[in-house]
Amino acid sequence: METKQVLTGVKCVDFSWVAAGPQVTRTLAEHGATVVRVESHRRPDTLRLNLVANKDFIPGIDRSAHAAVYNTNKYGMSLDLTNPKGREIAEKLIEWADVACESFGPGAMKRLGLDYEEARKIKPDIIYCSCTMQGQYGPHASFRGYGYHAAALAGFADLTGFPDGESALGHSAYVDYIAPWYMVIAVIGALKRRQSTGKGMYLDQAQLEAGPTFLAPAILDYTVNGRIMNRMGNRDPYAAPHGTYPCEGDDSWVVITVFTDAEWQGFCNAIGSPELSHNQKFATLMNRKENEDELDNLIKKWTTQHRAEQVVDLMQSNGVPAGRVYKAEDLFSDPQLKHREHYVYLEHQVIGRHAYDSGAIRFSKTPQRLWKAAPCLGEDNEYVYKEILGFSDDDISDLMAEGVITTEADLPV
Amino acid sequence: MSDNQERETLLGGYRVLDLTNERGFLCGKILGDFGADVIKVEPPGGDPARNIGPFYKDITHPEKSLYWFALNTSKRGITLNIETADGREIFGRLIKTADFVIESFEPGYMDNLGLGYPALEKINPRIIVTSITPFGSTGPYAHYKASDMILWAMGGFMYLCGESGEPPCRISLPQSYFAGALHGAMGTMLAHFYRETSVEGQHVDVSMQEATIYFLMGASELWDLNKVNRQRTGAYQFVARPSPLGRLRLRNYYPCKDGYVVFAPGGGINRALTASSTALTEMADEEGMAGDLRDYNWRNFDSSRISQGECDHQSDIFARFFLTKTKRELYEAAMERKILVAPLTTIKELVEDPQLAAREYFVKVEHPELADTITYPGAPIKMSEAPWRISRRAPLLGEHNEEIYKKELGLSKKQLTILKAIKVI
Repeated sequence: METKQVLTGVKCVDFSWVAAGPQVTRTLAEHGATVVRVESHRRPDTLRLNLVANKDFIPGIDRSAHAAVYNTNKYGMSLDLTNPKGREIAEKLIEWADVACESFGPGAMKRLGLDYEEARKIKPDIIYCSCTMQGQYGPHASFRGYGYHAAALAGFADLTGFPDGESALGHSAYVDYIAPWYMVIAVIGALKRRQSTGKGMYLDQAQLEAGPTFLAPAILDYTVNGRIMNRMGNRDPYAAPHGTYPCEGDDSWVVITVFTDAEWQGFCNAIGSPELSHNQKFATLMNRKENEDELDNLIKKWTTQHRAEQVVDLMQSNGVPAGRVYKAEDLFSDPQLKHREHYVYLEHQVIGRHAYDSGAIRFSKTPQRLWKAAPCLGEDNEYVYKEILGFSDDDISDLMAEGVITTEADLPV
Repeated sequence: MSDNQERETLLGGYRVLDLTNERGFLCGKILGDFGADVIKVEPPGGDPARNIGPFYKDITHPEKSLYWFALNTSKRGITLNIETADGREIFGRLIKTADFVIESFEPGYMDNLGLGYPALEKINPRIIVTSITPFGSTGPYAHYKASDMILWAMGGFMYLCGESGEPPCRISLPQSYFAGALHGAMGTMLAHFYRETSVEGQHVDVSMQEATIYFLMGASELWDLNKVNRQRTGAYQFVARPSPLGRLRLRNYYPCKDGYVVFAPGGGINRALTASSTALTEMADEEGMAGDLRDYNWRNFDSSRISQGECDHQSDIFARFFLTKTKRELYEAAMERKILVAPLTTIKELVEDPQLAAREYFVKVEHPELADTITYPGAPIKMSEAPWRISRRAPLLGEHNEEIYKKELGLSKKQLTILKAIKVI
């Protein structure tokens, strides 16, 4: 059945790699755009090289499910951009495309002769996206880091965890999962604008600039009041109890948050403990805040004797906000996520059938469609070189012989 | 309005009726900062979030909440009680000239008022309605009671946050709300583009729980493929490996002279990591602190094989070296020597970051009611045309009632007085 899609007919050449850039073009692809992903065996995407989630735990450029899920629906081609013929082919792709996306360090595309200035000579109305950590210019623009560096620089690491503990954000490339959605908004806006003006534009995104939008109130507290926010653990100034409590079982936790009197009544009903519900110490929010350590300890004593599911059921049926701290496995058995069809299974040539994220949005008329597993490196060479670029079989053989089309033989040893 | 209003924007000329509460404010802000004419609709008593701190100069007042300011830029404001018949009638009139409605009420709330998408579509077939809710508009948990931390937990990120053996924890601001709101803005934009060709609107249904899942960086995939739940390891990075090797913990956060830095030792065929580890080893060696790492070829590093003991030994050497240097010294060395190390910045250091200054990232917004100017975070993206901008500060309560109700809808002063008396506006 043909479902209508927002971006049918839109074409995108994707030079980007790692997490921030590919998630932009993946969203376009999920909504019907034709996205060609340009890669090289000589310099494989870092995500293809690390061991976050590999088939059978074995390293291999086509074995990473982590790399795969950022590249749903894309056509994968291999191309050496440093080869002059490779560059010509890249130019052909720019001419073909409506949108170009790259995420190399500032200056890299310029050195390849494929930056925005050059691209618009080939395609004057190109919408050209550059995703970097800190932007195209500035004293730190040359810093070559990963998402977890950006998360630290953007202030998130410092604000994660308990006041008396170390920062707890770990290896998370947190801002890599904020920036792309802003870039998609801008790309769609630019595409729409192009329809009436015929003009393209250049989109320069720094993850360091997108990230802090999620810290705005804390930023204002500093710029207005000079206050430097400290991490505050799991508490909240306007609620008590508000915390994470251990339950029966291995590393099993529940979150309970009580904001109103009604919720406190419900909580007391649920927990059935006179020690809590008849105690003046806990009768008002102010009192609960004053005696919060004692409150939390009492709750902990109770939750430790129950399974997390029981606690949540009891709380929810008494009108109290509560939820389990999900491990990854819980996401796959969560009935709500099943209802939303959150995980879509696609057949990847090396990994086999595996789960892709369908995201957070459901459209009543133009749903996104996840239909193609991520490409292995160069998997769609035949389709891209022949159908999109018009090369013949002989052309392709020549290009392979010359190393313009890279192969596994070109992998770094 | 500032004269920035005159410059072209991505959403100039399009109107948003913003019914969101604190769960969805950011969605309206994003659309407004990209140029839309956003009308924030509040209950006559004001949105309760006006009481969320921090506050301007710590003055607890509903017109001085920095939380409200931060998340409601580029919006005008009206009051309207849509639970009354008069309120719904006025809302119906506003719908006729609106392009978008965004809301973050409990699923079913708008439907029960006769203002759900099917009803609004009848009034204006072009309308796009975006609903931002904890779990989505329908489903077994649609009516679960939720708060930001619960979504952080049920989205899977909380489990990964914290020290091993310690309770899981959170980032100290409502990330699930913000994530849901940002995805709401993205969905709104996609529906907007579709409307160009189809001339029809639709319902955009966003789940904050699902928005949070996007942050998991491979944890879903690790379970899906290998039936391993990634563990929280605090200052360490977790690498899953089959038995008998078992998981590897790679230290990422290191205390330094005046705070912390993040650095992941690594190498192998990852050229950047190999160069980084090699450069840091050289830097340490210049001060005689590299120990036996000076003879180590980082090209041989293999996280799929290295023992925990050897890994810890490498980290310990770096840890001792980092303790002798400040954040600034290490960050500068990062740039000079291509070492992949960065400081954990505080909010103060973020605001004072020289890179952000060079990019003119922070913007000043006038607050005439305070006779002051406040510095806000700026553009999440720099566009060569139709730039992002904050057009105005967040609205005062009912600040634009006259502009909208009198000048636009043509209500008389008398009508407005009555509506106010009966608490419709």
